[in-house]
Amino acid sequence: MTNSDSILEMINVSKTFPGVKALDKVNLTIRKGSIHALMGENGAGKSTLMKILYGLYSPDEGGEIFFDGKPFTPKAPIDAIRTGLAMVPQEISPSANLSVAANFFLGRELRRGFLMDHQAMNQETAKVLEELGIPMKVETLMQDVSVAKAQLLAIATAVSYDAKLIIMDEPTTALTESEVRHLYQIVRKVQQRGISIIYISHKLGEVFELADEVSVIRDGEYIGTKKTSEITKEALINMMVGREMDEMFVREKVEIGDSLLKVNNLSLPGKFEDISFDVKKGEVFGIAGLVGAGRSEVVEAIFGYKPAQSGDIYIHGKRIEIYKPMDAIKQRIGFVTEDRKLTGLMLNMSVTDNMVMPELTPYVKSGLISDELASNVAKTMKQQLRIKTPTVGTIIDNLSGGNQQKVLIARWLLLEPEILILDEPTKGIDVGAKAEIYKLIVELAKLGKAIIIVSSEMLELLSLSDRIMVMAEGKEMGVVDRAEATQELILEMAAGGDVPTEHAIEIDTTELSIEGVA
Amino acid sequence: MDSLASNKFNKANYTEFLNKYGMLIILVLLFISLSFKIEGFASIRNVLSILEQVSMFGIIAIGVTFAIVTGGIDLSGGSVVALASVVGATLVTGSEGYGMTIVAFGAALFVGSICGLINGTITAYGRIPPFIATLGMMTMARGMAQLFSDGRPVDASSDAFTSIGDGSVFGIPGLVIIYVLVAVVCHVMMSRMKFGRHVFAIGGNVKTARICGVNVEVTLVKVYVLAGALAGLAGAMLASRAYAGNPTFGNMWELDAIAAAVIGGTSLAGGVGSVAMCIVGALIIGVMNKGLNMLGVDPYWQQIIKGMIIISAVLLDAQKRKKA
Repeated sequence: MTNSDSILEMINVSKTFPGVKALDKVNLTIRKGSIHALMGENGAGKSTLMKILYGLYSPDEGGEIFFDGKPFTPKAPIDAIRTGLAMVPQEISPSANLSVAANFFLGRELRRGFLMDHQAMNQETAKVLEELGIPMKVETLMQDVSVAKAQLLAIATAVSYDAKLIIMDEPTTALTESEVRHLYQIVRKVQQRGISIIYISHKLGEVFELADEVSVIRDGEYIGTKKTSEITKEALINMMVGREMDEMFVREKVEIGDSLLKVNNLSLPGKFEDISFDVKKGEVFGIAGLVGAGRSEVVEAIFGYKPAQSGDIYIHGKRIEIYKPMDAIKQRIGFVTEDRKLTGLMLNMSVTDNMVMPELTPYVKSGLISDELASNVAKTMKQQLRIKTPTVGTIIDNLSGGNQQKVLIARWLLLEPEILILDEPTKGIDVGAKAEIYKLIVELAKLGKAIIIVSSEMLELLSLSDRIMVMAEGKEMGVVDRAEATQELILEMAAGGDVPTEHAIEIDTTELSIEGVA
Repeated sequence: MDSLASNKFNKANYTEFLNKYGMLIILVLLFISLSFKIEGFASIRNVLSILEQVSMFGIIAIGVTFAIVTGGIDLSGGSVVALASVVGATLVTGSEGYGMTIVAFGAALFVGSICGLINGTITAYGRIPPFIATLGMMTMARGMAQLFSDGRPVDASSDAFTSIGDGSVFGIPGLVIIYVLVAVVCHVMMSRMKFGRHVFAIGGNVKTARICGVNVEVTLVKVYVLAGALAGLAGAMLASRAYAGNPTFGNMWELDAIAAAVIGGTSLAGGVGSVAMCIVGALIIGVMNKGLNMLGVDPYWQQIIKGMIIISAVLLDAQKRKKA
């Protein structure tokens, strides 16, 4: 069954999480010595696949994985490393207080007797770095090393493990243009050593520049593998997005009113620049872009969580100052954040407490909070949004992701917001809860609220939004009307950072639209 | 599936019950077993004497509980007791009537509040970990007490002033009455007022608290001012009980106070705790101290036992969180 020119062969690999099939019979073959790009939208299953290879998840029964012709069943990262598979994660987290050489040898320090042999480690590190052409002093502390250099060091470390296959997870996300060039050179040098590379990326440009082959997965399914020399950009985009249009949520039309929120030249250096848009009553306004494009930062600024440095915000045509969340809450802006656990929930508090926190005053009777009043309101919300929880006094940690998300939406509905911002409103929740949240969003639009949705799920944006603003690398690439929006167009715009601008204009005139979006 | 779910909930309820009342059960068992062992342990006189001993560090423990629930800590309580005691004693000594007594108590509270204001400001606005901020205050307040009193005890000869610590109403010692009043007020503040809810929100998830519009900095400052004021009050109480202020007063009390909070189930990770349980924790320490004394246990052993109990309580907390 195995093929002798392949370093890795995955056959019918599946992975089921409670309630979700993350991977469904995925096949992937990596040829020896090739750079193989792996593409797919966020949530397509790329990281699950890689975690299986790295021994962090065990796959479902029934699939097979061969590494260099032999069956491969890693139970922990160390098994993967010993077999010859190394990973360079998207976010490198070196020990900042240790030297370059110490990080290089972390966990496998060379010793002479009982003591570490610093000299030997320094020499060996310097040797590997030189071979790969990475200019770096081995005694420098990691905290003084740039992100790009840290990335290169991680690659060098992987090489020194005698890896036969290195997985690189979006290595260029945090790098500047010239750093990216340097990284490409190093990646090619690694390839010249006969090492195969799985290169996970969102960026079309770098896939075509670097990779020999490209595989696409979508919604946990393997779509196909093509040689980069034999496929066009448009065809590749089609592979990534070509979903059945009848899967889309069909929303009813809502009457759109006057402009409610207007944002003018909003900037926060290093995060986003010159963002301008307006959202009308009853409108659902989507914000699209790749991870790191600055979408969340824009909405965080509007809410005053991390305020912008310059630019103006108007509500009902009146300029307002928002320096902190309380200022936004007073303007009746609600904000469901991207990361439920990090910035959304107070995990050890009750459903009621989580719901009523932003505005406790309505539940205060002669100076004291009436828990009865609060829990009655929470009960009403529980019924309205069909939140599944034993009681409203239950600690919220015990609820499922979808129900936690509903509680967070309820939190802001209690404020009767005029503007509701939802950052990745359906991240990590099941299909049923998703559909309910979509319906709720449309209901709110009907009530004349202005709604902003940030989402990495293209289909979600396309089916819900009246207009979509696309961002790339902190810049506004344009606002697309519902009627004109297609997945291809938005993906092209979002990738704008690495395709020349003429190309983006060219795409506008190309007929790429898939029927049925509007 | 259904039975599985209900099992889970039964188990959850059971754990919740233990989490909530476990320490209360231990207090009762401890008290009952000591009552069997020691004659007169369960007498009203003895119980009141335990309460009186608990009252002062118990009041500090209430302030510390607020700080710990926000995810912080206050180490300065014991030193603030010393500073407040010498300030109060200096003001009140030689005076007659309750006027000066009120001034002395007020000054003690004020001095404590200022120490707390500094702790809180440094923690909230200076972004210095409260452990370090209050550790600094612990040393500074002790030094200020020494400086203020020239390193000597200060006489607090005022009948009115000492009658607070020495007197009783319907047989209940004045210090116990103050403890109960403070506990009731603080319990209501923590469990029923906006301020208390914000304290929990900060400890539960400070980022979420910010997003919910909680003014994190102001709330933290209030918490440390409260903790400082309560330590100041404890200082005045001790001065009135001892007829003197003394710069060596309150040595290591902050540790007893933290122990009381932690034994009462306040999680050092923040977001969990209650004034009522902090009182239970303080009473466990008080009952144990008294019992071990009356049993004639070597004081060195007493310290070892106390240390073990504190560690067990924190271990229990760590276990609970691991399960959750």
